[in-house]
Amino acid sequence: MIGQSPLRTVIAHAVLILGILIVAFPIYYTFVASTHTLQTILRPPLPLLPGGQLWNNYSEALFGGIGRIGGVSVGQLLLNTTIMALGVAVGKICISILSAYAIVFFRFPLRMTFFWLIFITLMLPVEVRILPTYKVMVDLGMIDTYAGLIIPLIASATATLLFRQFFMTIPGELVEAARVDGAGPWRFFFDILLPLSRTNIAALFVILFIYGWTQYLWPLLVTNSNDMNTIVIALKKMVSFADADTEWHLVMVTAMLAIVPPILVVALMQRWFVRGLVESEK
Amino acid sequence: MKFFGFAAGVAASLTLLSTTSAFAVTQISWWHAMTGANAEVVDKISKDFNASQSDYELVPVFKGTYPETLNAGIAAFRAGQAPDILQVFDVGTGVMMAAEGAIKPVAEVMTGVAMSFDKSQYLPGIVGYYSKPDGTMLSFPYNSSSPILYYNKDIFQKAGLDVNNPPKTWNEVWEAAKKIKTSGAAPCGYTSTWLTWIHLENFAAWNDVSWATQQNGLAGGDVELKINAPIFVNHFQALADLAKDGTFKYGGRTSEAKQIFLAGECGIFTESSGGLGDIVKSGMNYGIGQLPYDSDAKGAPQNTTPGGASLWVFGDKSDEQYKGVAAFFAYLSKTDVQEYLHQKSGYLPVTLAAYEATKKSGFYDKNPGRETPVLQMTGKAPTDNSKGVRLPNLPQVRDIQNEEFEKMLAGQQTAQQALDNAVTRGNAAIKEALEN
Amino acid sequence: MAPQLAITLVFFYWPAGQALYQSMLRQDPFGLRSRFVWFANFRKVLADPAYLNSIQVTVVFSLATAIVAMCVALLLAVMAEKAVRGKGLYRTLLIWPYAVAPAIAGMLWLFLFNPSIGSLAYLLRSLGIAWDPLLNGTHAMILLVSAAAWKQISYNFLFFVAGLQAVPKTLIEAAAMDGAGETKRFWTIVFPLLAPTTFFLLVVNTVYALFDTFGIVHAVTGGGPGKTTETLVYKVYNDGFVNLILGDSAAQSVILMAIVIALTAIQFRYVERKVHYG
Repeated sequence: MIGQSPLRTVIAHAVLILGILIVAFPIYYTFVASTHTLQTILRPPLPLLPGGQLWNNYSEALFGGIGRIGGVSVGQLLLNTTIMALGVAVGKICISILSAYAIVFFRFPLRMTFFWLIFITLMLPVEVRILPTYKVMVDLGMIDTYAGLIIPLIASATATLLFRQFFMTIPGELVEAARVDGAGPWRFFFDILLPLSRTNIAALFVILFIYGWTQYLWPLLVTNSNDMNTIVIALKKMVSFADADTEWHLVMVTAMLAIVPPILVVALMQRWFVRGLVESEK
Repeated sequence: MKFFGFAAGVAASLTLLSTTSAFAVTQISWWHAMTGANAEVVDKISKDFNASQSDYELVPVFKGTYPETLNAGIAAFRAGQAPDILQVFDVGTGVMMAAEGAIKPVAEVMTGVAMSFDKSQYLPGIVGYYSKPDGTMLSFPYNSSSPILYYNKDIFQKAGLDVNNPPKTWNEVWEAAKKIKTSGAAPCGYTSTWLTWIHLENFAAWNDVSWATQQNGLAGGDVELKINAPIFVNHFQALADLAKDGTFKYGGRTSEAKQIFLAGECGIFTESSGGLGDIVKSGMNYGIGQLPYDSDAKGAPQNTTPGGASLWVFGDKSDEQYKGVAAFFAYLSKTDVQEYLHQKSGYLPVTLAAYEATKKSGFYDKNPGRETPVLQMTGKAPTDNSKGVRLPNLPQVRDIQNEEFEKMLAGQQTAQQALDNAVTRGNAAIKEALEN
Repeated sequence: MAPQLAITLVFFYWPAGQALYQSMLRQDPFGLRSRFVWFANFRKVLADPAYLNSIQVTVVFSLATAIVAMCVALLLAVMAEKAVRGKGLYRTLLIWPYAVAPAIAGMLWLFLFNPSIGSLAYLLRSLGIAWDPLLNGTHAMILLVSAAAWKQISYNFLFFVAGLQAVPKTLIEAAAMDGAGETKRFWTIVFPLLAPTTFFLLVVNTVYALFDTFGIVHAVTGGGPGKTTETLVYKVYNDGFVNLILGDSAAQSVILMAIVIALTAIQFRYVERKVHYG
């Protein structure tokens, strides 16, 4: 380890603490808001410390506020969101690792054309092509199904790009060695590539889980039934700048409920997925 | 596409079947945009309707904000999956009316299934807006509101204004606002939601001046905006001048300004009667007055025009479904249901009977000001200037107006320039929309 | 590869084809009447000053967001490398925003900076700053960039940390023995080795700023005041779904696709080659 002056260490800590203040403040403040009464929230400035309404607000949102979100329990909403997030993460990893494998390690006609065909989709979010995509969903009878929530979101190229970048760093000698040893393409894939990619998969899993969890416009369109709603949509239902009253204290509680599970996923998985990313480079 | 439509239909009925256990019941889908307390009203009404009979099951589904709900409905129609009932906000009325092949007029739904339907039992000012020029009622007014004036009594007290006598004309509003600001009673005197709806559309109707040709678009599609007439220019120049030192504070294009008023920052506030709920809940010491009018206008105050939303019925449904829709609308017209809707939400009752019953119950005595929006809308028989406004692309025209207002309030142009630009750009957009 | 191609074809190229067809139609919202107009919609869109304005807005917004998000993240990552003690804790605290949905992030920032109930807006005002994102286009843009960059910092931070840890310690120690100062060591050794990470993040951040920020724009400014924060994607949405001018909206989507294809080609041709692969 290279020695560094104590001053620099102090500066480093100071910058980091400042960074954390900026980064974590909006979330902390949401929590604070979720523990105050509506009247306190509506008259700024809001105190910096949590208020005494924690229990009241949370129990009201969890057990009393059900009617506000279409008669569906918060549990059902969280379940739907979890299924959707998991589906998107697992599905996308499976198909993109296969595609990246094919693109990087095989020479076949139109290889680059296929790559381009997929890569271009990286850039166009669901919002832009939503009307025609919706029609496709209806034609296939996928409205109000988990498949309808999940599959169209799998069709984008971020993960493929990441795997491709990673596969290209795998030395050619390794591929050669495997070929010399007589390993077929599938054995190479399962015995060598997959273990090597373990860490990337973990990283992607987190990224995609979050991606699936945070969708808004798409689930809003493809679900007609309240039972299929996700928590983000339920949250938006509670916020109203139009005629109805917005119960900000309950909104903030629901916001916490919508934010905390993905934060937990990130926080709990970060250790081995960050370490993993590093190990694979050695 | 026929085949796909069929396949989709089968798939749709399969999902429907799988979600309901009672096969004999006809499901009626209702897509709406109601949130918060108003969503609770929707759910309660649906539940009560379902409990009141056993042939139909009404399924309310929230589809997002007003524009999102309209879009979801349109997208679904194009895909052959339209709901039975769609809630469309006032601005979308022109869009729905232009789509004659897609919808079934409510009057037809009600009479077609041999049920008694008497248009005269509904408030004429509201029903007139949702009818064709020949009087055919096209949609069912679900939630109607009217802009009114709110004021903060504590701030009035501090500024030395008469707490029981809110300003009646715009000039009085400006004076009171200045007094609030200069006396230091509050950092801002006046704010308003929905500048387009309150300060253009309702301003025109309430002062009995023309907003656009062709009876503001109700008589025909070939419409030209009239909003750069001197009375509008003077009004907006006054707003722009007050905005310079913060006496008037801009809150945003829709209802955002409500928060400024709730925070106690501004003393006077114009907003939809439907926005009452938040103000009651904030615990503020508030008062209600009627919408101010321009003291130079001859016929003022005339009457206000309805905002809010109505329920549209899509075409190409089965008779059984139309019967269910008609049954629901009949249920919705019942006096006790309307009373509940009106008293709980701040929206207007749509039937005369419900209004009378609410009056008799003493509700208005206990809640002074709640009658104001009803009186504003029904006080006088509407003129050609005050039946409402209708354009095939009203959302776009309002957007244009808002953009010009924002430039004006930021000090980049005068009221005359802003309104001239809004007219030029608006007329071009209307012409464009007619060509489609 | 087949499954991804199949899904891409069905859920991307099929709708994209329909969008292309739609872009040459003039149609009422319900699709009851339509007219084939060839390229009239494109001519109209490209001649529209509002569209050109929106291109400018998008460029400013995307660049500002990508730069702010990446610089802050890199700074924090470098500092986190230095701070030996508490590194794990810092990291945990820094990655929260990543898990927040754009729609919710927009809502939170609005909640903080909304001129009426926002506590931070209140703070700014009491400091004598005339904070008014509702009328001041620059303020609106600052708010938008902050919200968008805020959400992306964590993601960039994680990748930079991983990238930094992958830099061989021996290389740095060798350079230190040669007498290279800390700053010099960073720019000559560490930064070039971070190139693949930086490239990847550049692509991701650009895409993010161009498209995924729709939820934030929608929640925070709605394109206003005037048209000062109307990005290309927001305009596609606004023209198509709010103003219901489907032909124009579809034409804009097609132009966006073309821009995207061009951008991608440029990135791969010129940027990727220069990038250092380990």
